[in-house]
Amino acid sequence: MDYILSLITFIPLAGVLLLLVMPRNNAMLRGVALGVSLVTFIVSIGLICEFKTIADYQFVENIPWIKAGSFQMNYHVGIDGISLWLVILTTFIMPIAILSTWTAVEEKVKEYMICLLLLQVGMLGAFISLDLFLFYIFWELMLIPMYFIIGIWGGKNRVYAAVKFFIYTMVGSLLMLVAIMYVYFKAGAGDFDITRFYSIGLDPATQTWLFLAFALAFAIKVPMFPLHTWLPDAHTEAPTAGSVILAAVLLKMGTYGFVRFAIPLFPDATARFTPLIATLSVIGIVYASLVAMMQEDVKKLVAYSSVAHLGFVMIGVFALNQQGIAGGMLQMINHGISTGALFLIVGFIYERRHTRLITDFGGLSKQMPIFATIFMIVTFSSIGLPGTNGFVGEFLVLLGGFESKLRVWTIIASSGVILSAVYMLWMFQRVMFGELSNPKNQLLKDLNVREIVIMVPLIVMIFVMGIYPKPFIDRMIPSIDKLIIQAKKTQVAQLVVPASVIDNAAAVVASPSAEHAVPAAGTASPDMPDGHSILPAGHPAGESK
Amino acid sequence: MELALPQLNFMTIMPEIVLSVVAMALLLVNVLVKSEEKAYLGYLSLAGLVGALFTVPWGEKISGFGEMVIQDNFSSFFTVIFILCAVMTILISDGYFKKEGCNHGELYPLILFATVGMMFMAKATDLMTVFLGLEVLSVALYVLAGFNRDNIKSNEAGLKYFLLGCFSTGFLLYGMALIYGATGTTKIVRIAAMASGNGAVANNMMFLVGMLLMATGFSFKIAAAPFHMWTPDVYEGAPTPITAFMSAGPKAAGFAAFLRVFIIALPTLTVQWSDLLWILAVLTMTTGNIIALSQDNIKRMLAYSSIAHAGYALVGFTAHNASGVSGILFYLLSYTFMNIGAFAIIVIIGKKGEANNNVQDYAGLGVKRPVLALCLSIFLFSLAGIPPTAGFIGKFYLFAGAVQEGYIWLAIIGVLNSAASVYYYLRVMVFMYMKNPEEDFSWVKLTPAVMLCILIAVAGVLIPGIIPNSVLNLAAISLPLP
Repeated sequence: MDYILSLITFIPLAGVLLLLVMPRNNAMLRGVALGVSLVTFIVSIGLICEFKTIADYQFVENIPWIKAGSFQMNYHVGIDGISLWLVILTTFIMPIAILSTWTAVEEKVKEYMICLLLLQVGMLGAFISLDLFLFYIFWELMLIPMYFIIGIWGGKNRVYAAVKFFIYTMVGSLLMLVAIMYVYFKAGAGDFDITRFYSIGLDPATQTWLFLAFALAFAIKVPMFPLHTWLPDAHTEAPTAGSVILAAVLLKMGTYGFVRFAIPLFPDATARFTPLIATLSVIGIVYASLVAMMQEDVKKLVAYSSVAHLGFVMIGVFALNQQGIAGGMLQMINHGISTGALFLIVGFIYERRHTRLITDFGGLSKQMPIFATIFMIVTFSSIGLPGTNGFVGEFLVLLGGFESKLRVWTIIASSGVILSAVYMLWMFQRVMFGELSNPKNQLLKDLNVREIVIMVPLIVMIFVMGIYPKPFIDRMIPSIDKLIIQAKKTQVAQLVVPASVIDNAAAVVASPSAEHAVPAAGTASPDMPDGHSILPAGHPAGESK
Repeated sequence: MELALPQLNFMTIMPEIVLSVVAMALLLVNVLVKSEEKAYLGYLSLAGLVGALFTVPWGEKISGFGEMVIQDNFSSFFTVIFILCAVMTILISDGYFKKEGCNHGELYPLILFATVGMMFMAKATDLMTVFLGLEVLSVALYVLAGFNRDNIKSNEAGLKYFLLGCFSTGFLLYGMALIYGATGTTKIVRIAAMASGNGAVANNMMFLVGMLLMATGFSFKIAAAPFHMWTPDVYEGAPTPITAFMSAGPKAAGFAAFLRVFIIALPTLTVQWSDLLWILAVLTMTTGNIIALSQDNIKRMLAYSSIAHAGYALVGFTAHNASGVSGILFYLLSYTFMNIGAFAIIVIIGKKGEANNNVQDYAGLGVKRPVLALCLSIFLFSLAGIPPTAGFIGKFYLFAGAVQEGYIWLAIIGVLNSAASVYYYLRVMVFMYMKNPEEDFSWVKLTPAVMLCILIAVAGVLIPGIIPNSVLNLAAISLPLP
């Protein structure tokens, strides 16, 4: 089991090489690609079985890779509770994505499958990298296949969307590259191990710049308002599989980047920019919801709903308490499942009617009862109805946000819950209910076996995570606690903030006044919450009193 | 009176001797070879180049000809670049010149002589040797640029290159003269010795102006903005294989001499010249990239992009620390592979008379010729600096060198330029993969020679991109030292 992470990451690469030498027999190519992605998924199940609920990185592999001049880059991979579920999500979504364009992509099937599998290598690699340089390589590697997937197999305006996607992401990530170099030289000779960088203790002014560089790269990927404009284009133009992967996994790269890199590396800057990020997230939630409401194209509507959902994730993550981050992490997975499912649904009707305009539909529920049921469940999941996964994530995010410094922002953000119900249900109503007036719709066939097979795992996950999310959350908790300590640690040491801000839900609720003590540096809060005990012995917080 | 003969040490210039002898022999053989069999001259010159490659020593440091030349790792590294550059150029030449109907046998000796000139530039420890090497290189190149003598654009390229080349050589020579006037020597080690600890020399206006004029001369050679004006016209007009050669080899040679002279001879002026290079780097990157954005002709686009790439290398030069300089070496080597690789594909896609060189002509190449399109994409991704290619590793080292020295803004301007460059590289791919084919590319003939060239280039881009250790370490021990 020592090399399981490498195995999972590079099985798709082996698939790529296999596909390269295969003849152009479309059925065979599709079969091999699906088989490879299924094998990857099955192997990745081993991660869940072997995963120990601890904060440390597991399944670690650390092999020297480049050593030249003053640089040392390692092939250093490992996962913790935060990345575990994202890895699983990636391997879980991939067979579904491959099945989703089983018949829709008829041209250049070989290249298409190669792109999809290569994309999977990049995504998995980015989630498991513990070496910043390695992470950057995988991060960039994702761009190339996605660019081709949108640009070659996309819709009418595909070239524009593909180039926009590429350049947007590239600008952000190149600035992050400079920041990575800077962090490296600040840390002194050694490797690019992130755990080494966690403890270098940069001064707040430096952190500000570095955080901005990292945050820009991640914020573009999330995408946060006002950097979201590439997303509706990319989503709308991409083929179904592209949209599904983009929504389910690629966007999570941004939020994951914040959780894994930006927050623990630059805790002071995180504290400083939390209000800004929360503001942008809230604007994103409300604005994207309003825009989604007015969309005539179902796919664009779903794309804008993504922006709103990711806004919730950001609020949860930047609440920096257990509930918030757990909610944010869970919401990342939920969004992957429910929005992925929505894009699949849009794909189903688009393949049948070659239109996605809401006005072209109406009354489909009579014609396509199975489709209507599935669509309904996914819609409920997306708007966060209790019993579905969306509810658990959103509830935790709002709870965490409310108990943190972001109370005001959370209150505004919660309007997004209502707005999401408005735009989703309204769209659902206009597409599924009413008169089956359009004669073309009267000939529509209900979902076929392949399509049902695609949807079933997603529907199952919607309910499993909605009814019993404990196994998911439990495995995250130790890593989240570690992250919270990292995020608060330097802050406590340097700004001399009372340890009471170390969030312990009970304590914070009990003493809301402690929240407002943050700016008043140096004034020790009288009530030391129990949360203090989670600090390691000899921690600077003790000196700050 | 005692007449001291300088220590000659012929061993120090062994590769040059081999190539010169082969080149002169080829000139004689050329008379005997029929015009349709000139390819044999190509094979002979390849044999000569490979032979020369085996005479390149590593790990030695021998001075020869009375400190006129030095054989060290720095010169060996560049010699390898030049030989690879010449080999790849010759591999793509035969088919092209046959197509254009001007496969004169002089082509191969001229390429070899140009290579010898470049090698001398990398070996020079005396300003005179720099100048001689440069002239050997330039004279051969003037002829090569105008080699397609029935093509008016090629004529224009030859003449333009000649005139502007002479002009820039004037600057260089004037600078050398002023340096000589200030220090009384042309040997770069002694220049440094004279200037250090001697305020009269170091603060002499003549010394400073000499540095500036030499920088100008070198900037012409490496096509740094604002001395880049000749590049697009010459690159577009010259026969495509020669453009490939010029954009990689002579540029690397210019950098070799530039690096050695400035780092070793002028350490006392480091502050001044690194400030100057900062400005040059920013101007060069930005000008090259911005103008490349609007080019339709792919040769012209690569010409402007090659200006931008000189700018990236200047970023490492501005930092002139271990990462920066070894980054330059690595980058120039990678650039040789990716650029000549890209040109190799342009050569075979092009029709007679330099037609079919517009980016629109590449529509549907990905469908009709998937392997060629894949290779071109790899080269373009490498030029854009996207992992896992050598272009990315090279850029990483260049920019990391700058960050290490505190040139954060320079690195930021550099990466933003990189991001802008992505657009025009992607544009070619947009046409190759995302537009419908208008032609069937039936004229595209993939000869074994061209195939070998592309294969070398792909290997040279991907292998150091994924496992760069050995090349990076080689670059790290090849820094220019006095």
